[in-house]
Amino acid sequence: MPSGIGLVKTRRAVVFDGDRPLKLGSGAEVNRVEVAYETYGELNEERSNAVFICHALSGDAHAAGIHEGDDPDRPGWWDNIIGPGRPLDTDRLFVICANVLGGCSGTTGPSSTDPDTGRPYGLRFPLVQVRDLVTVHRALLAELGINRLLAAVGGSLGGMQVLQWVIDHPGEIDGALVIAASGRLSAQNIAFSAVAREAIMRDPDFNDGDWYDTGKRPDSGLGLARMIGHITYLSEQSMREKFGRRIQDAEVPRFGFDVDFQVESYLHYQGQSFVERFDANSYLYLGRVMDYFDPFRDPARVQQQIEAGDTSFLVLSFDSDWRFSTAHSKEIAAELRLAGAPVTFREIASTHGHDSFLFAIPEYHETVTGFIDRLASERGIGRESG
Amino acid sequence: MRPDLDIVADMIEPGSRVLDLGCGDGALLETLIHQKDCSALGIERDPDGFHACIARGVPVTQGDLEAELPEIDSGAFDVAILSLTLQAVRHPDRVLAEMNRLAPRQIVSLPNFGHWTLRSGLAFRGRMPVTSILPYQWYNTPNIHLCTLRDFEQLTADTGMKIVRRVVLSGSGEAESGPAKLFPNLLGQGAVYSLGD
Repeated sequence: MPSGIGLVKTRRAVVFDGDRPLKLGSGAEVNRVEVAYETYGELNEERSNAVFICHALSGDAHAAGIHEGDDPDRPGWWDNIIGPGRPLDTDRLFVICANVLGGCSGTTGPSSTDPDTGRPYGLRFPLVQVRDLVTVHRALLAELGINRLLAAVGGSLGGMQVLQWVIDHPGEIDGALVIAASGRLSAQNIAFSAVAREAIMRDPDFNDGDWYDTGKRPDSGLGLARMIGHITYLSEQSMREKFGRRIQDAEVPRFGFDVDFQVESYLHYQGQSFVERFDANSYLYLGRVMDYFDPFRDPARVQQQIEAGDTSFLVLSFDSDWRFSTAHSKEIAAELRLAGAPVTFREIASTHGHDSFLFAIPEYHETVTGFIDRLASERGIGRESG
Repeated sequence: MRPDLDIVADMIEPGSRVLDLGCGDGALLETLIHQKDCSALGIERDPDGFHACIARGVPVTQGDLEAELPEIDSGAFDVAILSLTLQAVRHPDRVLAEMNRLAPRQIVSLPNFGHWTLRSGLAFRGRMPVTSILPYQWYNTPNIHLCTLRDFEQLTADTGMKIVRRVVLSGSGEAESGPAKLFPNLLGQGAVYSLGD
């Protein structure tokens, strides 16, 4: 699908510095935080049409449109939902997406230079939590002069940020769209995460996270971690349909230990292309962000915060998602409803597994469109007006 | 809004936590949210009904009510509503028991299969009745558990539920005032029951 927005640029803003360092939930501080972000559409005069996109583990600020010089058939990672006439309609909404704290696509993270030492942080970067990611998003919005969002939208780790945002900061978000997310990772989720982390940390080139000056990178560990992750993003059915038991570039098996089946070749490609764009330390930090996420730990506080705000929720899951299955989303909906929040929930039929939230599935997009339309009409933002 | 839903709305106290099972397009819940300051949740299987609820700003779960009911905490609501849906569920007795578990008050409306026109259609024509309130043929009807008002009242007694109020409905779904109040099982096209202590 061609991009509806056309050319876009990633911008940068320094939202914390030496005078006002970022204070993390853990008590640790980060002296300087730069954020990479993109915006689409125009902010209206009332500043009431802003929608924030929270991205998932391996996402970045480039959610929609094309960067100059890029292949026009490869727009931003969520281009199918953002643009003129799309569910997040840029003819009337101002859409913002920022790379997360701890990431490696322009926002400060473990691969950034520590101003105190002049060298990359590596594992000296403090552990961060979902609430810290939200703190940085809010600092960016303050820079942009926005204090209330029409909606915050996110899939997977993105949905977890949306959830934490509403619970920590009541009264800032009209509508929260929490898609294919989890309120609490299961033992199985944490187990997969542990294997991915081990793959990176056991790579001989990992060097305790200090490989930046060695001329080597833990590519094999990061690639392996991505291969494991990718298996959990697809469904058995989608793998069967996509690859079956077909042999790569041949009719008959070669019988050996090298890559032979198409699915093996695909996973290798996923692993290898990932190491070109992602930092192994960021993968460790953001994996841990998800493992420790537990926003409903204190139900009394959640209820207090939900009552203090007026956010309505749309919680969506996909029936073939086994990473964050429908049970995870139902638990989120139940906890929010228990706290008194208005929650609409739906499980969408799809064969794409956890990755379904990235696909333009008609029933899914229709549901998002309906929810956003309702929020917009309550704010008096029409379909035509900018 | 359907006239029988106005009768249901009148039975609900302001500020109640309301669950509407098979909430359709959400019209009743929208009224309760805005006119009675209720907090509401609908369950609706049909995607068109689900989308209509979203457009009205009514919180809703898309799904089968019989599958969703067991997942809801006991006493999570003040009132549970089941309007013109009992006859279409697989286990009416279990649904009533679940409603009793979730909320101290229940409101149930149903068509009356004991109405004289249905009785005479079956007695004299020997055919399954088709009427304005039950417009389907026997082979395509979603109404798999039709009953008379007397049958329903027996079931509530067996389930240990108390009838607080009964409003007998005409064919257009409005409250009957004449002879149908005296002979509801013969002359009423349906009824709305308020159940609870």
